[in-house]
Amino acid sequence: MPRGSLLRAIAVGVVLSVIGVVIALAIDWFPVQASTAAEDIDLLWDVLLIVSVPIFILVMAVAVYSVVRFRVRPGDTGDGEPIHGNTRLEVVWVAIPFVIVALLSVYGWIVLDDIEAKDPQAMVVNVTGQQFAWRFQYPQAGGPPIESNDLVLPLGRQVEFNIRASDVIHSFWVPAFRMKQDAVPGIVTATRVTPTKAGSFPLVCAELCGIGHSTMRQTVRVVPEGQFTAWVGRQRQGLAGAPGDELAAGRELFRQQGCAGCHTLAEAGAQAATGPPLDGLTEVAEKRNPRQSLEEYIRDSIVAPKALVVRGYSPEGMPANYGERLSEQEIDTLVRYLASASASSTGDPPR
Amino acid sequence: MSETLATPPQTNEADGRAPLARPEIVLHGIRERPSGWLAWLTTTDHKRIGLMYLFATFIFFILGGVEALLIRLQLAWSNNTLIDGTTYNGLVALHGTTMVFLFVVPILAGFGNYLVPLMIGARDMAFPKLNALSFWLLLFGGIAFYVSLFFEPPAAGWTSYAPLSDDAYLPGTGIDSWIILIHLTGLSSLVGAINFVATIHNMRARGMGFGRMPLFVWTILIYSYLLILALPSVAAAVTMLLTDRNFGTGFFDVTRGGDPVLWQHLFWFFGHPEVYIMVLPAMGMISEILPVFARKPIFGYKAIAASTAAIGFLSMLVWAHHMFTTPTATVVLAFFMLSSFVIAVPTGIKIFNWIATLWAGSITFATPLLYAVGFVGLFVIGGISGVMMAIFPVDWQLHDTYFIVAHLHYVLFGGSVFGIFAGLYYWYPKMSGRMYSEALGKLSFWVMFVGFNLTFLVQHSAGLSGMPRRIYYYPESAGWEGYNIASTIGSYLLGIGVLITAYNLVRNLKKGRRAGNDPWHANTLEWFTQSPPPENNFDVVPRIRSVEPMKDIRREVAERTGRPAGSIAQPVA
Ligand code: HEC
Ligand SMILES: [Cu+2]
Repeated sequence: MPRGSLLRAIAVGVVLSVIGVVIALAIDWFPVQASTAAEDIDLLWDVLLIVSVPIFILVMAVAVYSVVRFRVRPGDTGDGEPIHGNTRLEVVWVAIPFVIVALLSVYGWIVLDDIEAKDPQAMVVNVTGQQFAWRFQYPQAGGPPIESNDLVLPLGRQVEFNIRASDVIHSFWVPAFRMKQDAVPGIVTATRVTPTKAGSFPLVCAELCGIGHSTMRQTVRVVPEGQFTAWVGRQRQGLAGAPGDELAAGRELFRQQGCAGCHTLAEAGAQAATGPPLDGLTEVAEKRNPRQSLEEYIRDSIVAPKALVVRGYSPEGMPANYGERLSEQEIDTLVRYLASASASSTGDPPR
Repeated sequence: MSETLATPPQTNEADGRAPLARPEIVLHGIRERPSGWLAWLTTTDHKRIGLMYLFATFIFFILGGVEALLIRLQLAWSNNTLIDGTTYNGLVALHGTTMVFLFVVPILAGFGNYLVPLMIGARDMAFPKLNALSFWLLLFGGIAFYVSLFFEPPAAGWTSYAPLSDDAYLPGTGIDSWIILIHLTGLSSLVGAINFVATIHNMRARGMGFGRMPLFVWTILIYSYLLILALPSVAAAVTMLLTDRNFGTGFFDVTRGGDPVLWQHLFWFFGHPEVYIMVLPAMGMISEILPVFARKPIFGYKAIAASTAAIGFLSMLVWAHHMFTTPTATVVLAFFMLSSFVIAVPTGIKIFNWIATLWAGSITFATPLLYAVGFVGLFVIGGISGVMMAIFPVDWQLHDTYFIVAHLHYVLFGGSVFGIFAGLYYWYPKMSGRMYSEALGKLSFWVMFVGFNLTFLVQHSAGLSGMPRRIYYYPESAGWEGYNIASTIGSYLLGIGVLITAYNLVRNLKKGRRAGNDPWHANTLEWFTQSPPPENNFDVVPRIRSVEPMKDIRREVAERTGRPAGSIAQPVA
């Protein structure tokens, strides 16, 4: 009975496991840690690696060892050992995975409890996902909420995100925060995050939401409390004054309505390629339909995109329902914005 | 017409007249059997149907593979504009749907069709005509689906989550053809499953109790029960989607009082058992192959059979682990975390038993064994990453990323498909009567094995570092280009590996060495008959005395003749 060989296989397995665990822990699997939850989850992940890498390596060591060690010699036609089973062994290897998963689930639960802990001081941010952009709303005590297309968060304060969707399902994901929550139409979901690192991090849509899904990427800016208060102040002023800034309003709409998720437009800092680039639209429009003015052409492209489909692009590419989604006034704003922005199409995107 | 069967003369007692010969089958009642291709179209022979299943699904496998390779080409570089978003979303939906509904599930039905009657010593399935119906439903389901290519393919992934799949967002006919596919292939599977259940319960050879049934037949039995339990849920879901899209109902539309989460529950209530539907029969094949090539009885027959049933049962209780980021109460998540953990236990039992089967064996390195051992290794990886994702705080990071793409391919490609390839090579001599080329088989395995790991191992890393699934393009700043180039190269290697097998199997249909009845000295009854088996399978079926009837027969022959039995031919009448 090759008991000695079993010990040898296990010994090899143990050595390889130690090496495997060291390598697994040394690899930097995740993006930067930028929230309290991230620390807990990364630790949990490390524990998972410590448990699972040896299981994998031991199982494979014994498997590979037996395949190599017990391969048939040429000319040997005999059978292998006729062992049909062993009840004690069966019980042992039912028990081992059982204990492991039981312990892991308890640990998982503890981590969860820690992440979900509520802070009464938490700041509320309403998040809305739509095809193909995220919008944010900061409720303000004694005033109208601040609407924004940028997510700016204060460092070290717990934020409660109330997540909604206005069309299809999206999924709000900030990899650096290690949190992801689906935005489902008709449901408001709350999740909590406490940012622990200043900087800009990608904010991604993780649920297939249509043709612009890939471009539904924005950034989260985490800034120190002081800067955040200043930002809020500026937004408030923006609300009160300067409603006449047509260009800014157009740019807002362009980003808010997801146009930036599919088109390139330098003025708006948009760099997507699902639809044709909109810089230099002035000359293009002339060529596409000489009988229309630039403004008419842009309006038609937005309201009735199927009327004239640009060669090389899909007719389903541009959502057909902007005519219903946008008010008359919003469409006017967009048209004027595009007409001027695409003409003056050089220069740096404004911040 | 060659045969007329007559009953012995009977006396007609009522009127006392002379005994009348009454033929049981009258000559004009027997129809001429069609030959050539018509014979295939009209066949109700489980073996022919099985072969048609294998062939048709392999074609779909190639189609799904081409779609996958196009996807990989688009993702190879950042900011790639080779394929636009609309086409890409179509490719993703086509690839996933094809592989699940037109390849893995039905090819397993094909193996079941071919093998179950042979393994249990029956002459056909219980309902041969229903059996033919299953195949044709599948084929037409596949055609109805692929016709959408000429109009507009579906574009909401293989899961078609509402409300994206609703007509407000995807007005084209693609989703409707997807719905028709689900209905037709679902019906096909359902009819097939009922047939398997009836066959396995009623038509086993004398002496073959449930404790002596081949493990592959065990898995097909559980596979069938799972299909019967799970399919109605998805059938209901797609019917609701169909009326939502075309007749103005609002089951999944919040603006009409519906609920998009309902879709997810109905879909995954089917979808998770579906995962085990796709992997259990492959596990059954492994349980048949390992003992033959280790020349040793399977270790823990009862434990493996019991764990199959346990997995089947538990797989009905884990569906919401696909929905850990959907708004759900935490206790509910906790329940699904626990149930998903528990299912790891019977899976672990199988793995340990397989390895114990290899241990101290007398192992022959044939291609089926390579694929079977490859299966075990890759499936362990997929299983472990599955347990990791069952812990939902971790899943919040991993869900809907390339990590899960990697995980599901380790389970479904590394698991099911490697199992299917093991089975193809193992039963090829029985089905064709010829041997494949061992050298090409091994080459194919190694190319596939390296290609597979190159493709999918790095996808774990891509996912962990933040790459969502189902995106058709990513900015350079995301930093995923390295992973994606590696993955794309791997996928083309994998494709080459698959083609080598296709070549190997097709070429040797005519050119291969004759296999004889039992080239592997195997354990189960299908090796008792000729290769390929005659239409009636067996003229006599021996009484079954153990899980390894062929071993018993060989022993008996050896005792009687005094020398080891090579390949024993069944007595042909
Ligand atoms: C999901 C991607 C997508 C979104 C979102 C999108 N577009 Fe488009 N757009 C396209 C595609 C694809 C085309 C080309 C096909 C066509 O002409 O219909 C296009 C065409 C256009 C054109 C015509 C361009 C030309 O070269 O003739 C204009 C103007 C335009 N879009 C403006 C907008 C505006 C304004 C918005 C936001 C309100 C927007 N798009 C949102 C994809 C998109
Ligand atoms: Cu989205």
